[in-house]
Amino acid sequence: MAVNDTLEGTHKIVQEAKEQQQHSGLIPTLNDFSQELTTLNLGPTHPATHGIFQNILQMDGERIISGVPTIGYIHRAFEKIAERRPFYQITPLTDRMNYCSSPINNMGWHMTVEKLLGVTVPKRAQYMRVIAMELARITDHLICNSILGVDTGAFTGFLYVFQEREKVYEIYEEICGARLTTNMGRVGGMERDFSDVAIQKLRDWLKTFPAVMKEFESMFNRNRIFMDRVVNVGPITAEKALNYGFTGPNLRAAGVDYDVRAMNPYSSYEDFEFEIPVGTKGDTYDRFMVRNEEIWQSLRIINQALENLPEGPFHADAPHYYLPPKQAVYKNMEALIYHFKIIMGEIEAPVGEVYHSVEGGNGELGFYLVSDGGRTPYRLHFRRPCFIYYQAYPEMVVGSSLSDAIVTLSSMNVIAGELDA
Amino acid sequence: MAENTEESAAAQETAAIQDPQAAKNAQLLALLHRLFGTDAFTDVEEPYGLLTATTTRERLHDIIAGLQQDQELQLNFLTTMCGIHYPENEGQELGMVYHLHSMVHNLRLRLKIFFPIADPVVPTLTDLYATANWMEREAYDFYGIIFTGHPNLIRILNVEDMDYHPMRREYALEDGTREDKTDLFFGR
Repeated sequence: MAVNDTLEGTHKIVQEAKEQQQHSGLIPTLNDFSQELTTLNLGPTHPATHGIFQNILQMDGERIISGVPTIGYIHRAFEKIAERRPFYQITPLTDRMNYCSSPINNMGWHMTVEKLLGVTVPKRAQYMRVIAMELARITDHLICNSILGVDTGAFTGFLYVFQEREKVYEIYEEICGARLTTNMGRVGGMERDFSDVAIQKLRDWLKTFPAVMKEFESMFNRNRIFMDRVVNVGPITAEKALNYGFTGPNLRAAGVDYDVRAMNPYSSYEDFEFEIPVGTKGDTYDRFMVRNEEIWQSLRIINQALENLPEGPFHADAPHYYLPPKQAVYKNMEALIYHFKIIMGEIEAPVGEVYHSVEGGNGELGFYLVSDGGRTPYRLHFRRPCFIYYQAYPEMVVGSSLSDAIVTLSSMNVIAGELDA
Repeated sequence: MAENTEESAAAQETAAIQDPQAAKNAQLLALLHRLFGTDAFTDVEEPYGLLTATTTRERLHDIIAGLQQDQELQLNFLTTMCGIHYPENEGQELGMVYHLHSMVHNLRLRLKIFFPIADPVVPTLTDLYATANWMEREAYDFYGIIFTGHPNLIRILNVEDMDYHPMRREYALEDGTREDKTDLFFGR
């Protein structure tokens, strides 16, 4: 009896609530069923984002009507922190932006400071930097492309190339002692010369990697299933891409041959022969193919740099800025003074402002440094390529299906660390 | 007289060969002066080879729109923009720094504007460049600069209910109550 009463009461409440909701339009009636939209949270922690950022999608069935990206989940205020750090302490911050290609960020930052200070780096160090940067570009592209394979359902390629990526990380380890957040090099050059082991590992890798890369390409490039999933998915025209500030492989896939390495050569890139691959439609397939081809071009550059690696010092003769060797610090008065001054950040920096950009893994990575002569930058602004091009994402996916949105996101190579800095 | 002009032209040419960047900058500066008048720009410098000029916020939108349309040098790529804060410049505390790029001619231009912190209102560039959207949101988030005409001027990296703009210089990075970390030894 009592149970029935309660049940009846519940039914009544539910019924009333339903009527009320229908009245207020919260629950659609059969008539307006065709206009029903679903709100879908893609992220913040979704496997396809490969990081932490959110997209609130309005879906009409499987079609995307609109998308609103929300970012900033791992914002660490690098620009603010950098205002209190001496130049050499900012290098670890740059590691943590695009963590798939940390050495490029490190070198870009060192070159910015060197430009400000007027330090010329010897040829050998420049070539060593080129080798490190191109290795980083290869690992960056390998991650992006192989994960794109995973997102389309092909796990095998990912496993193949991740073994090779691991070997590159071992080379990093030989060069600088770290793997992911490398903190490689110093203002004025590299912190140590390439060891024999590093050279040997590099040579071995250069022998084995092309075969694996060929295998990876033969698995994807003309694969019918893969092509059906990526051709004409998430395209963007060259005009739109430029208007959205695209740079790097994403812009080149749209058909614009802009590459900082070729346009404003830094670190002796003018010495090397390489081509800049471009696409035509700027779709996911073009982005994939451009990255693959860039891996081959990077291999070309590494081979040239390694064959022609000049003899000589691996750092500039700039004792005011470049840390002396540790043994000298204990035995030599001047070395101790310089060591102390550099560590305490008491180096003399000129007043001025400098913009320097390098070709990062996913576009033009720029550093705008304003110095007032103090021990830290007065203002440091990072031009993070994926922060700038990710805002085009809603426009690229509106009208497509959810599964297309996933591969578009994957092929854009959005790295959360760089997005949020 | 004619000889002198020829000589100076020849001297300019040799200078251009010696430093192509300086010649390009001179060409760009001439174009800027021709299109917008010499009074539109102050503090014209070339730090590290990059032409830098200061203009006013009233003229900024016209200048960037004019450069975008210009077919001669085609400065139609907005590389980046960022805010900057100089608390000691009375009446000119806040600033915006714009980097424009011509991919065709490999030419860059840095434009700056300064305005009082009490009235941090700047015209938006979102009608010219889609990429300006998030950059301006970032500048709003960090410095509290208001961009009139921006379609969606809300914070982008910090949480929405934050009640200050953290990149302004009055907000010290370290705990303000600590006395052992003075500026003398530990920076600003």
